[in-house]
Amino acid sequence: MAGLVTDTLAAADRPEPAGAAGPPSARSLAERLSRVRWWRVLMLAVVAIYLLGPLLSALWFTVYNARLHRFSLAPYGQLFGASGFLTSVRMTFFLALSTIALEFVLLVPAMVAIRLRLPRLRGVVESIAMVPLVVSPVALTAGVSTVLGWGLNDQGSWMFRLDADLQNQSFPLILPLVYAILVLPFAFRALDAALRAVDLKTLVEAARGLGASWPVVLWRVLLPNLRAGLLSGAVLTLALVFGEYTIASILGFVPFAVWIVQDGQGSGQLPIAVSLLSLLLSWAVLFLVSFLGGRRAAAVTDRSA
Amino acid sequence: MALTLDPPLTDAADPVPARRGARRPRALGAWAAVAPLLIYCTIFLGLPTWALLYEAVRRTNPATGVTSFTAQNLTDSWSGFYLTAMWGSLRLSLLTATISAIIGLATAHAIAQSRGRVLKQAVLTASGVLANFGGIPLAFCFIAAAGTAGEATGLIRKIDPGFALDTFTGLVLVYPYFLIPLMVLTTMPALEGLRRQWREAATGLGGTAWDYWRHIGGPILLPTALGGFVLCFGSAFAAYATAQALAGGTVPLITLRIASVLSGNVLAGQENLGMAMSLNTIAICALMMAVYLPLRARSARWLDS
Repeated sequence: MAGLVTDTLAAADRPEPAGAAGPPSARSLAERLSRVRWWRVLMLAVVAIYLLGPLLSALWFTVYNARLHRFSLAPYGQLFGASGFLTSVRMTFFLALSTIALEFVLLVPAMVAIRLRLPRLRGVVESIAMVPLVVSPVALTAGVSTVLGWGLNDQGSWMFRLDADLQNQSFPLILPLVYAILVLPFAFRALDAALRAVDLKTLVEAARGLGASWPVVLWRVLLPNLRAGLLSGAVLTLALVFGEYTIASILGFVPFAVWIVQDGQGSGQLPIAVSLLSLLLSWAVLFLVSFLGGRRAAAVTDRSA
Repeated sequence: MALTLDPPLTDAADPVPARRGARRPRALGAWAAVAPLLIYCTIFLGLPTWALLYEAVRRTNPATGVTSFTAQNLTDSWSGFYLTAMWGSLRLSLLTATISAIIGLATAHAIAQSRGRVLKQAVLTASGVLANFGGIPLAFCFIAAAGTAGEATGLIRKIDPGFALDTFTGLVLVYPYFLIPLMVLTTMPALEGLRRQWREAATGLGGTAWDYWRHIGGPILLPTALGGFVLCFGSAFAAYATAQALAGGTVPLITLRIASVLSGNVLAGQENLGMAMSLNTIAICALMMAVYLPLRARSARWLDS
């Protein structure tokens, strides 16, 4: 409970209102503090119940069979046998990898250049990176599907073939291309925080002064220094792609999240087990990565700062 | 990237005379690094948006097959069935954003004051997962908790006998689950920026906790809190996956309506209504951003120093 008045910290840290033992002036303060803490504990408890409740219910629902009154981890075992599970996970994983690669190839050189040479452009790029927060995924999909529809007008043209390639069912290229736009705000934040943390100018000047070419500077000097930011950007992208439902479902593809819903129509426990696992897994990975960076997980905390 | 255009070592060693002649190629190299990003955004963000604008004002007459420019789509999107969906979305977003902003701010305050770094990190990363990537998995956890066969459904029905997840009330219960974490994420940096000394100074001058929040903490936090509210609103308004998984066709929401029009659920001749509705959502989110950005600039001025 840092942030309280320092001279009452000792009183505040005692579990019970300790006013009775203290001198009269400390006592009234301690009473006030104990009231504040009681209110805060109550509120945190309600929020915690609200936030943990569904997760715990989901866990209970998947391990306890109410009809047979039996505990079993079977739904978690059935996972890999479920039809379409591995296909959708593999496809989603490759979609995520392509999105991450595309994102970094576009963003890293651009943001380094802006930081070093074109500070005027920072505002422009930052505003562009905010646009996906305004254009909701549904609206973006409406636009994308319209553009894709234009290509279908005359068969046999290069537009038609490109269109068909983009919408290949086994690996729809259009998805990573659109996802790269969708993750722009997150990736921009993550990279911006990482770039702010290093003295870019000195690093680049030193490397250039020692005779390194630009690709070498990028690959051997900048990337290692930006590792934490890049990693957190990559993990965020991975989580976003695994959770993405809107665009894929409207355009008619079946990556992971869409598969959960389609599969969820039938059996009860399996989709809930998958959902719980995917939430916990993305949380665990983000949690670990946030310690690698040594700082607050900049990108996660500042989605919009 | 036009990396070779950069002047060689002499520039670093003797910057003044070299700079004048070097400026053009240097800037060119930097522009070449930024250009791919800008071009990409033009194609995958600008083109779909333009397609929306273009198609929203066109309509094909089903009888004659003639396509013409008209404002009919836009007028239709603000009437009847579609207006109901817009109102539903606005009501749901305003209500849940208000609830979440208040609870989220209080929660963030309590967490900002706690000392454990691990706890804070765990909460922040968990918030990141829930706020940004929940969607489908969240919906399924709620089905396990409060669906027809849910663990807590009986409990909730004691308070509200008609409760079901696929109603407006059900969505009001679910939406804060990803909005509260979003609020925590957006306001945490500002809450951590509140100096303990300010509180101490206020107490030292005889101010009560109320005085502190009324005259110091409140005004400093207000822009951030309002900004967080705006983001919560935008996020609730744009949400599609959760609503689709829980209340597919039963609750009128604008995102659900757009998706249903896109998949062909519409009268002949009205296919472009989806574009008009998407445009409306973009306009509303843009309005929100226009409120949010100045607020963000204001709070940054106080808390960055």
